[in-house]
Amino acid sequence: MKTIKVSVVTPDGPVYESDVEMVSTKAKTGELGILPGHVPLVAPLEIGTVRLKKDGKTEFVAVSGGFLEVRSSEVTVLAQSAEKSEEIDVERALKAKERAEQRLNEQKSEHVDFKRAELALRRAVNRINTAEERK
Amino acid sequence: MASLRDIKTRINSTKKTSQITKAMEMTSAAKWNRGVMNAKSFVPYMEKIQEVTASIALGAGGVSHPMLTHRPIKKTGYIVITSDRGLAGAFNSNVIRNVHQAIQSRHKSNDEFAIIAIGRVGRDFFVKRGYNVVLDIVGINDQPSFQDINHITKTTVNMFSDGTFDELYVYYSHYISAISQEVTEKKLLPLTDLAGGSHKLTSYEFEPNAEEILEVLLPQYAESLIYGALLDSKASEHAARMTAMRNATDNAHELIRNLTLSYNRARQAAITQEITEIVGGAAALE
Repeated sequence: MKTIKVSVVTPDGPVYESDVEMVSTKAKTGELGILPGHVPLVAPLEIGTVRLKKDGKTEFVAVSGGFLEVRSSEVTVLAQSAEKSEEIDVERALKAKERAEQRLNEQKSEHVDFKRAELALRRAVNRINTAEERK
Repeated sequence: MASLRDIKTRINSTKKTSQITKAMEMTSAAKWNRGVMNAKSFVPYMEKIQEVTASIALGAGGVSHPMLTHRPIKKTGYIVITSDRGLAGAFNSNVIRNVHQAIQSRHKSNDEFAIIAIGRVGRDFFVKRGYNVVLDIVGINDQPSFQDINHITKTTVNMFSDGTFDELYVYYSHYISAISQEVTEKKLLPLTDLAGGSHKLTSYEFEPNAEEILEVLLPQYAESLIYGALLDSKASEHAARMTAMRNATDNAHELIRNLTLSYNRARQAAITQEITEIVGGAAALE
């Protein structure tokens, strides 16, 4: 089966690099699936999970925003942070979720910190979901 | 000539100092290794994001964005990256001197520029002289992660967008090797030298469209430039401190050697004098 090279890079270093059969993820405009031979494309990503299909198995990477770049033979995900599902610290994510929820309850919605707390909550929930998907 | 006991005391205290500087050299060496590794692992991300940004900004003709356009300069922003602690040789003073000279030659009044100080040494210097420091950040840890400094970069990029300043420079110490670092000035905003790399531009399809992607991509690009400068500066800081501490240790050893020599001379002189006195005393009795 044809494969496509995928790399997930963050400012703290590369997180994932491999040849896979299909990449699917959630872009700002909706779900997006990339197969080998896709046209060059750039799309901003939502906070979500990148699913990588390889040899009948699926691997999951949690990404917090960023971009997907497709070229003729490779896909690059540029994210501010990303973790493979087996590397996610679920406990930390749970704590972050609690903190964010607490902050959301305390503040008024027009506050700047409200948006930050909301984003933090989404990141934490995303990490927890990604970690669970593997099981 | 100093007495035997004085010399002995000096030797001991110099020895203690050399132990301390030796230990500091070793901690810096460890931090320097990590710092260089961090800076290296950032390179792939930087290259990629630069490539994509260049392809979009230059490829999709007619795309404009506030961060790409020059506007009349009323105020200039300077990001100055220094360390929180001293004892790093000329590391901080080099950066500060360069910024100071640039400001002196370019601006006539304090209203024409704003300083964003990262690091305690730089902040103290500019605050003390009454410069306009709009934002200061101290206590960044030695291995900063992107998340740690996220709010700094965001605030800075927002300051450009809301017109606090119309152009932005960053001053930091660029890491070349363990023994050489160079103060570098880089123009961050508006983004100009995007075509810097010689790589081939790919024409992309955009989802949803080029403008909206630039809206998200450019701030992220500018933020990563700041982060890159910070990592670079951290690597330089530890390299500079390591070299400074190694020199200090070497100097202490040299001093100890000289002191030991004069200690031995003084001791020998004392013995000789005693013998002469005894011989003289015996001769007087004959």
